Order: sequence, then structure tokens, then C-alpha cells
Amino acid sequence: MKFNDLINQTSEWLKGTGAESDIVISSRIRLARNINGLKFVDWSDPETKERVMKISKQAIFSDNYMKDSLYVDMASLSLLNSQFLIERHLISREHAVNTKYKTVFIGNREIVSIMVNEEDHLRLQVIQSGLVLNDAWKIMTSIENSLEKKLKFAYSDEWGYLTACPTNTGTGLRASVMMHLPAIVITSQINNLINDLSKLGLTVRGFFGEGTAAAGNFFQISNQVTMGRGEEEIIDNLTRIIRQIVSQERGSRRFLKVRKKDIIEDKISRACATLEAAHIITSSETIDLLSLVRLGIGLGVVKKLDIHKLNELLMLIQPAHLQKQACVELSSSERDIKRAELIREKLK
Amino acid sequence: MLCEICKKREATVHLTEVINDEVSELHICEECAEAKGAQMQQHFGIADLLSGLVDLPHDMIPKKKRINIKCPSCGMSYNNFKKMGRFGCAGCYEAFKRALYPLFKKIHGVSYRAGKEPKKPSALKPVIIKDVPKPDINKDNLQELKARLAKVIELEEFEEAAVLRDKIRAFEDKRNSPDKLR
Repeated sequence: MKFNDLINQTSEWLKGTGAESDIVISSRIRLARNINGLKFVDWSDPETKERVMKISKQAIFSDNYMKDSLYVDMASLSLLNSQFLIERHLISREHAVNTKYKTVFIGNREIVSIMVNEEDHLRLQVIQSGLVLNDAWKIMTSIENSLEKKLKFAYSDEWGYLTACPTNTGTGLRASVMMHLPAIVITSQINNLINDLSKLGLTVRGFFGEGTAAAGNFFQISNQVTMGRGEEEIIDNLTRIIRQIVSQERGSRRFLKVRKKDIIEDKISRACATLEAAHIITSSETIDLLSLVRLGIGLGVVKKLDIHKLNELLMLIQPAHLQKQACVELSSSERDIKRAELIREKLK
Repeated sequence: MLCEICKKREATVHLTEVINDEVSELHICEECAEAKGAQMQQHFGIADLLSGLVDLPHDMIPKKKRINIKCPSCGMSYNNFKKMGRFGCAGCYEAFKRALYPLFKKIHGVSYRAGKEPKKPSALKPVIIKDVPKPDINKDNLQELKARLAKVIELEEFEEAAVLRDKIRAFEDKRNSPDKLR
């Protein structure tokens, strides 16, 4: 696979497959690991960073699943291409700055990616469509076990896997689920839900953009604690809680469909009409409108698009994706025009 | 509405700031918002939050060692760990051990591990490798050395800073000398 092939394929996690995929967009597992005997990245010297790059490359390419992965040296990427990888959730924002000695390995269908020399020597990620944390964990363990044959990870019998930041010590595991919760938001239940989740040791963040405001009612829910609980327990707890939220969202959607039919169908139809008619549109307006259309698909009101196409559109309308498709750099206002064009084309 | 910072582009980002209980609104463009966001991230990050948690209870440190514990493996001092919010290497976990029980309790609610362990548990013997071949010093290494110098000065690691300063000087002398000979 070549870097420029990525733009022509859909990431596996956007395909709208897997359990509850009308509400749960994707499940993601991340593991932080460090190689024993080597200084952690932030405190490290160039020679050590180079050594980490070299030995992790050997180990990753000798894994069966990752042997054909795309290897990217972050220092060789343009800003646009780094942004493109961030938008596809293949790297973190942090991995795109101070790029020297940083690399990323992208596996087949973009299910697995491994960042080298991010905050920890290795950051492994598995991301898939729908509520499938258990499946993602199975893939993760198989890759981690195979890497562990080649690399000795920093580990203590007392504290578990040792990471650069004490918030990751123990399992080094962050499990997160991206959810679309428009009905919970419209029926004003979201703040209570966020409060309750934080009491259960879970973090809720907006999925698009930064900060607390969740554009388009897309939320990312993840575990906070990495000590005192094993990986399977963390994943099982999160899955059970997510199922509860899914049923709350479904109940709220039913309520809207039965009790607020005209109001909600009006909103959805207006969103479709705006998207079909706009000639200039910002990404935040697009995300808000696509969120309503996505709800419309779930309620059976919108027929011309399916969840897969809609998820794909959410990705394609982002700044770096628009520019990669256009093969030129575009200013913010040029992007707004291109974005409107793309949406009109896709909604035909 | 024009951006209140650059006064050139259209304001598309609307921020509400609370300073000393006073709420002010700021209407700025995407570019200025990004710059402002970067500034804010520099001002306040996870290190700041964590450093509030990692204060070692005073009576837990033996009197003789109250000055500043240092990790023997990587040279990270406890004070630097507090400032950065990050360990320097696996050895720091051993060096700062006594402070970590209360820290982990605050972060995770407990201070013990659970779950997966390596097939053959790697004993915690952090060794900083010494057999790494040193690459030739080139322009990039010089930049790297200078960046590291700035970092250690900021962390008030003056011994390390002196070593780096000498390395930079030696390299610069070496680079300049062939010209002088000509």
C-alpha cells in the first residue's frame, strides 16, 4: 500500500458494520508500551530515539498482521499529509508536531496503527466499526503478544506496564467508543448522562474538534483508570455501559418519532435541503446538518443515503481530506466552496 | 464581523473567557483561534494538573534526602518529574517509589496493578544502553543539542547544560577550523 492510496479507500471503522452501528460509530483500543532499558521519549536523546525506531521497525515488520503495513516517517510528511492522518484517526495530534524520529505503521484496512516515539515508545491502536471492543481487544492481544517476543517491555510486578505518564501506568489501555447521540441531546438528557458517566470513572469528550462542545452530537466515551482493573474487566464494563446508552438513545429516538414527529421531520428535511442547496458551507455547519441526516437515516425518514455513505461523508468533508481529493492546497474559503460541491455531488 | 485580533479576516470562532470572575467575549478568525489555542496549550497542560498531585508528603522523605531525589538510571530529578508530569525512564518508578503510592491512589483510586502481564515478566532492571553507535555530528544533531540545551536550562539542570554547552562548542570549533586552515 502507498500513502496516496489511502484517500481512495474507506477506513474500516467508518463502514457502518458491527453491532449497534447506527448509534456506535466505532470502537477503539489503545495500548501504551515502552522498551525496557531505554529512556522514555520526552527525556531521551537522539541516539536512543533512533534505536527505538530501528528495533521497533524490525519487531513490527516481523509480525504476521503488520508485515505488509505502510511505514511512514513523520518527518518526511507535509503538514497536509499529517493532518490527513489525524483526520483518519491513524495518529494523534501530538504525533504531528516535532516529527523527527517519529514514525507510524498503518496496517491493512487501517484497523491497526502503531505510533513510534509518541509520548511512549510504542502506541498501538486498533479501531473498528460498531460496538466491537472485544474483537478489537483480540486483535490487539495477538499483535502485542507477537511484539513481546521481540521486544522486552518495561514492566513491574507491582505496577504493571510502565509508561511515561502516570495516568497510563498499569494496563496502558484506553478503550473508547465513538457514539452518535442526537436524540439524547435533543431531549436534554445529555448533561445528566455525562455527569453519571464521570462518576463511573469514564470520560466523555466531543468527537469532532477540541474542547467540551460536541459538534454534531458525536461523543467519545473512554475509561479513565488504568490500575486495579484488568483489561477484560475494563472492556466488559465499558461495553455494558455503552449498551445502556444505546438503549437510552433508541428510546429517545422512538419518543421523538412518535411524540415530536413533525418537529423532528421538519429539522431533518431542512438539513437535507440545506446540504443539497448550499454552495458555501463550513465544516462545523456540515457536521451539525449531517448529524440530523444521520438521525433521519436511523428513523427511516432519509432513504437516499445509508450509514456507510454518511460516515464516509463525515470524513471526506474535513479540511485535509478535501485538499487531498482536490490535489491542491485550498484556503479556508476555497474549502467551504469545495465542501458544498462534494456534498451536492454525493447527495444526488 | 471582523476578527478582533488580526482585524483582517472574518470572525468565525466565538470564545467566552472568564478572567477574575469577569466574563469577556472574543470573536476571532480560525487562524488566530488556532494560534491562541496553541498558546493556551503551552500555558496549561497535563503536567500542570499532575504536578498538583505529585507533591511528596514531607515526612515521607528521610531528612538527609529532602533536597531532591534523582533517578540513578536516567538522571531525572523528582522536581523535574513534578514539573514535566512524565517519568524519564522505567527506573524513575523505583527511584520515586515512595511518592508514587499516594500519586497512583489519587489518579487511579488504587496503587496496584491488575490484568495482563508479560509471558516472561521482565524484571525491573532499567539499564540505560551504552552500546549505541554514536552517529557523526551533523547540522541536525547540532540543532538537537541546542534544543536539548534550552530544555535543560529551563529545567534548571545546570550540570547537564554545561556538558551540552561544551559539546556544542566542540562541534562548532570543529566545523569552523577547516576554514581557518585554508
